[in-house]
Amino acid sequence: MASNNSLYLRRRIANIVALLLSSLATVVGLFFLAWILWETLRQGISALSPSLFTKITAYGEDGGLANAMVGSLLINFIGIAIATPIGVMAGMWLAEYANRSKLGASVRFLNDILLSAPSIVLGLFVYTIIVLPMKNLTDGAITFSGLAGGIALSLIALPVVVRTTDEMLRLVPSTLREAALSLGVPQWKLTMQILVRSARSGIITGILLALARISGETAPLLFTAFGNNYMSLNPIDKMASLPQVIYQYANDPGDKLHAIAWAGAFVVTMFVLLLSLGSRLLFARSKVSND
Amino acid sequence: MSSPSMVNAPMVTADMAARNRRDARNDRLFAWLLAACGMIVLATLVGAAGSTLWGGRDAFATFGWHFLISTEWDPGTDTYGALVPIFGTVVTALIALLIAVPVSFGISLFLTEVAPNWLRSPVGSAIELLAGIPSIIYGMWGLFIFSPFMSAHVKPWLINYMSTQPDDGKVAWIPAHVPFIGKLFTSQYPFGGGVLTAGIVLAIMVIPFISSVMREVFQTVPTRLKESAYALGSSTWEVVWDIVLPYTRSAVIGGIFLGLGRALGETMAVAFVLGNAFQLSASLLAPGSSIASAIANQFSEAAGLQKSALMALAFLLFVVTFIVLLIARMMLQRLATKEGR
Repeated sequence: MASNNSLYLRRRIANIVALLLSSLATVVGLFFLAWILWETLRQGISALSPSLFTKITAYGEDGGLANAMVGSLLINFIGIAIATPIGVMAGMWLAEYANRSKLGASVRFLNDILLSAPSIVLGLFVYTIIVLPMKNLTDGAITFSGLAGGIALSLIALPVVVRTTDEMLRLVPSTLREAALSLGVPQWKLTMQILVRSARSGIITGILLALARISGETAPLLFTAFGNNYMSLNPIDKMASLPQVIYQYANDPGDKLHAIAWAGAFVVTMFVLLLSLGSRLLFARSKVSND
Repeated sequence: MSSPSMVNAPMVTADMAARNRRDARNDRLFAWLLAACGMIVLATLVGAAGSTLWGGRDAFATFGWHFLISTEWDPGTDTYGALVPIFGTVVTALIALLIAVPVSFGISLFLTEVAPNWLRSPVGSAIELLAGIPSIIYGMWGLFIFSPFMSAHVKPWLINYMSTQPDDGKVAWIPAHVPFIGKLFTSQYPFGGGVLTAGIVLAIMVIPFISSVMREVFQTVPTRLKESAYALGSSTWEVVWDIVLPYTRSAVIGGIFLGLGRALGETMAVAFVLGNAFQLSASLLAPGSSIASAIANQFSEAAGLQKSALMALAFLLFVVTFIVLLIARMMLQRLATKEGR
């Protein structure tokens, strides 16, 4: 009886210890989240000033981030503008045309791998296929460009869009397809006008998530868009971007530049978090309305 | 596919036949267009591997296999070996997993079995928020906040109690009695960054990825299985350890590999805190270099053979992460097949 009791006690203690440790792990995770967000908020807000949005980085310590913000918006826009049509169409292909084929299965599988592929290698890929040929073709007049940066980001956004489109389309009930096909609607019309419409909010969620994902990307921009201390709206010119300027300023010994970098980090973080929050809300609402 | 040509023959007028032909042609074009877009995914993967291999051909040709085992990285003499960045990449990723796997397991255990229902969704979303923070923010936090914290509080403690060469000369019990451990924590650098710091920052970055996979697969365990175990008198911990974990083993390993793939390829966070030193050191407190951080720091200014060596490094990184992620996805699919999905 005694040994039975001690076994029972041991099992109870093991249980309590394990559950306490698991709660502790959660607290540790939340603690680091809070620490990182808190520091970004604290350091970022104290460095916020109107000149941040009006002055360009050419003024250095007395300057702002205006050209980097504009550059980031442009590069992100190019990235999304390229990734959206290609990604949505590839997702349609996976869900509607190649759902049960071997080729489709392997593309779906490889797309998931591309989703977590190192972004710096994709940056080097774009450097090799866009930046270098442009340089050779124009005798060095055009080298790094915002366009190349946008293409690099589009490769990072692409798998996100493909995956969500594919998943959302496969959630559309097949009765809808059968109903349309029985009325003699051709498949391309069915896909473009019926299926996409019913999966619309899910697809938009995917695009917003992709935008959130690329807004903070730094590594692939270092050798595609490169950076520019002046305002540039020309997509085939070197272009500044927020993450790249943050990286440059943070590695500089000047404290004032660090403050500007924190302000930039704050802006990027807010943008990304609001985007992912917004896409979540949109998705949650669409789920409710479909039920 | 049911196509409009199946309409009863007598009803087909010339007008309708033309329309059917047009629809059929559009359908074919549309299918080709979509398939071409799908192929872009493949082309990106093949292109990324091909272009870095092509870019690195000079380095591979010049150094051969020696490239993989040489520790020398000297632009002055134009000699490049990949061992230091490879070592740094692997060690930081392993430290990250060593920390992230138990913590992620704890978090997913908490979220699926321990926490009251009202707490699960907000805490889960908060942890997933960590995954959304851009890596450059982790880098800044690591450089300006966490590295000083490490050098002020953690590093002196580690050197005092774990090193064979502590500042006060009195070697503590652990380094005196456990072989090799003293070497891990020896450091002359005041800088708080280094291999250990980079590993910890990476761990924080991959925790949301691993824990969200674990949490998701833990939820797929049939309630009947768990309830049977509870009915036989198992404690919560026993149910998780003996029922949930064996049932989801392959997917859990898949999730861990997914985190490993992320940690290997992560650039910015590591570039900020690793210190970018090209030297092989056993000490976890010493600065080092990873493949991705070496590329980020040097590529813009590199030329000739150095550029080629960096490309070769990128090729190695891409191939290794590809294999790791391949294993991860195959492990994850195994559970999905079991589930009948």
